[in-house]
Amino acid sequence: MTADQQNAGWVADALRVHEEHAREEEAGSTRHGSPQPLPGTVREELVLERIDRARRSRPRVKEERITMSHGAGGKATQTLIEAIFLDEFRNPLLEPLEDSARLRVGGSRLAFTTDSYVVSPLFFPGGSIGELAVNGTVNDLAMSGATPLFLSAGFILEEGFPVADLTRIAKSMREAADAAGVQVVTGDTKVVEKGKADGCYINTAGIGAIEHELELGVANAQPGDAIIISGPIGDHGITIMLARGELDIEADVISDTAPLNGLVAGLLSATPGVRALRDATRGGVATILNEIAKDANVGVLVSENDIPVRPEVRGAAELLGIDPMYVACEGRLVAVVQADQAAQSLAALRAHPLGEQAAVIGQVTADPPGIVQLKTAFGGTRIVDLLVGDPLPRIC
Amino acid sequence: MRFVDEFRDADKAHALSAKITALCEPGRQYKLMEVCGGHTHTIYKHGLEDYLPEQITLVHGPGCPVCVIPMGRVDDAMALAAEPDVIMTSFGDMMRVPGSNGSFFDAKAKGTDIRMVYSPLDSLKIARKNPDRRVVFMAIGFETTAPSTAMTVLRAAAEGLDNFSIFCNHVTIVPAIKAILDSPDLRLDGFLGPGHVSTVIGCRPYEFIARDYGKPVVVAGFEPLDILQSIYLLMLQLSRGESRVENQYSRVVPWNGNTVALKAIGQTMELRPYFEWRGLGFISHSALKVREQYAKFDAELLFSVPGVRVADPKACQCGEVLKGVLKPWECKVFGTACTPETPIGTCMVSPEGACAAYYNYGRLTRHRVKEASPS
Repeated sequence: MTADQQNAGWVADALRVHEEHAREEEAGSTRHGSPQPLPGTVREELVLERIDRARRSRPRVKEERITMSHGAGGKATQTLIEAIFLDEFRNPLLEPLEDSARLRVGGSRLAFTTDSYVVSPLFFPGGSIGELAVNGTVNDLAMSGATPLFLSAGFILEEGFPVADLTRIAKSMREAADAAGVQVVTGDTKVVEKGKADGCYINTAGIGAIEHELELGVANAQPGDAIIISGPIGDHGITIMLARGELDIEADVISDTAPLNGLVAGLLSATPGVRALRDATRGGVATILNEIAKDANVGVLVSENDIPVRPEVRGAAELLGIDPMYVACEGRLVAVVQADQAAQSLAALRAHPLGEQAAVIGQVTADPPGIVQLKTAFGGTRIVDLLVGDPLPRIC
Repeated sequence: MRFVDEFRDADKAHALSAKITALCEPGRQYKLMEVCGGHTHTIYKHGLEDYLPEQITLVHGPGCPVCVIPMGRVDDAMALAAEPDVIMTSFGDMMRVPGSNGSFFDAKAKGTDIRMVYSPLDSLKIARKNPDRRVVFMAIGFETTAPSTAMTVLRAAAEGLDNFSIFCNHVTIVPAIKAILDSPDLRLDGFLGPGHVSTVIGCRPYEFIARDYGKPVVVAGFEPLDILQSIYLLMLQLSRGESRVENQYSRVVPWNGNTVALKAIGQTMELRPYFEWRGLGFISHSALKVREQYAKFDAELLFSVPGVRVADPKACQCGEVLKGVLKPWECKVFGTACTPETPIGTCMVSPEGACAAYYNYGRLTRHRVKEASPS
């Protein structure tokens, strides 16, 4: 096998990028005419700058086929969305890539969103795919500051799926819709052959009304702003992992799936200082913090000691070698609020049953832009980056 | 949380940090190697370097099981996975490791049946459930994971399972440390010994490092205070001109190791005459293979494995990183061509790899940290 054959595909691509950078740097160094080797810290800084540049370059899907990472909510998902979907569908309403699109129809402002649900198992402690399908879409609407009103529900069912289970799912959707104050007003059903799906998949879309002139969005974050989380993180993800029964770990955790529109309404009416809201689903709180840092081109500094995590969740995550910061929640939001409104916002969140354990976890900083830093409980500082794919448990 | 929080106490860390700084001789630079990738991970994840004086540099060692697997072995595993009726099973860490034609994840996306397991015993379960398929376990790791592979082989033999085998890539740590000590590239002052490996092999195997090379070794635990205390113990030995093997991780590591685990390894596996390590090249008697007596569980005998040596892409400097000669960011492709999304080298894949740890957690110089944090 020749070196060329062996380096085909991904390696060739990667090396092309590398050579471009090397050429750029060579050109740079002759320009500055510095034959002296630079001191270590300066060289490290240069490398970090080069990486920052590489991270800002145009996203491109390098894989030939979709892998599980593309659905994990981390870097691979972002690259897929930006390189393929945003590239084709590009328009000013889609471009912010917020949880909902904000539309102006006639004289009124609407929020519009969609989400698909493929959770396994379909039933788990604290909920089912039905609750998720309603709450997830309700929450995406609520994060744009909208009052959720109407949902659609599309079902893809596998041949052989028990009708009793479907009935149970529909009932849980109705109950969740009642709790959130929304109605399912249109729907669709498809059945595929056995083996072509895993029991039941659901898609919901939702429409909500925006009854104020706030333009919430993570790009609005400004240095000094406070970052608030509405409650303990990681409950849902850990519950699902344990419910799969593959890990032989038992813990007393239940999913946090819940509609957040009431909590958001309370917050927005209590303070004018809210700049952005995001619900921390796939990719967890770490992903939201990175979105803030990237979209607003600011730094984010959070303190591990201030981030609420239930002991059961922490214990299970510790055993599995997973960081709770990356574990999905289905009923928690991250709020970016003006510094002088932090206390008021926190009080408003804590006044609602779903926000009793809300906490300020950190702040937006001017520097270093695009980077999320964590002050660890141990007293050190580290970066919190996006995950590439699913958290891979460590083997030793 | 009990048994965790007490090992992450910031006040104790501050106190140890002051004691470590006080032990530094003015003008002397110290290079300490943490052998184990688990230590590297802890160091970056908790920001431990913030507690160290500038005079102490931590050098990341070769003890990352995924990182040391050469590309040719990944290609062999891919060839095995592509055999008819095979279900390849692997630890999650291995899923992203690139071979010449992509990783397990890529092969899985193309339809090859590769499943992630948390324990080799899970592979046995899969074998029992799928009697008409041939289940292969991609066995990797140091002496830490070898006993569980050994126990799995013993259990498969006891059950008389005939559709299960292992592709054995187990390696042993001591020859790798010796290779590093004999390498002229690097001058090290001491070692943080690998805690998990030592739960199995004990502390005695490191005595040659102290005796023949005059370097202190402290077998260290994996919580940040374990590591900081071990650095303190190393500095204490260095300040007194001593070189001994010490066991900081005595709550887990018995001085003589775990004889049951060692017996299980010895019963099912034997040393290979030589094995290729990524970046370190061929090292004699540094890896394990299945004993002849258990040949029916040896995937290398059951299937035809290409066994072709594949050179790393020339831009990849994993070898230098694994030996501690280069810091991750000093590799030319670090962070640009080689990232966790599209790793070229193994060090960028495993959470225990030095490059992945630095990229994911440490991508700030100490200088930047001090500027940015309002303390």
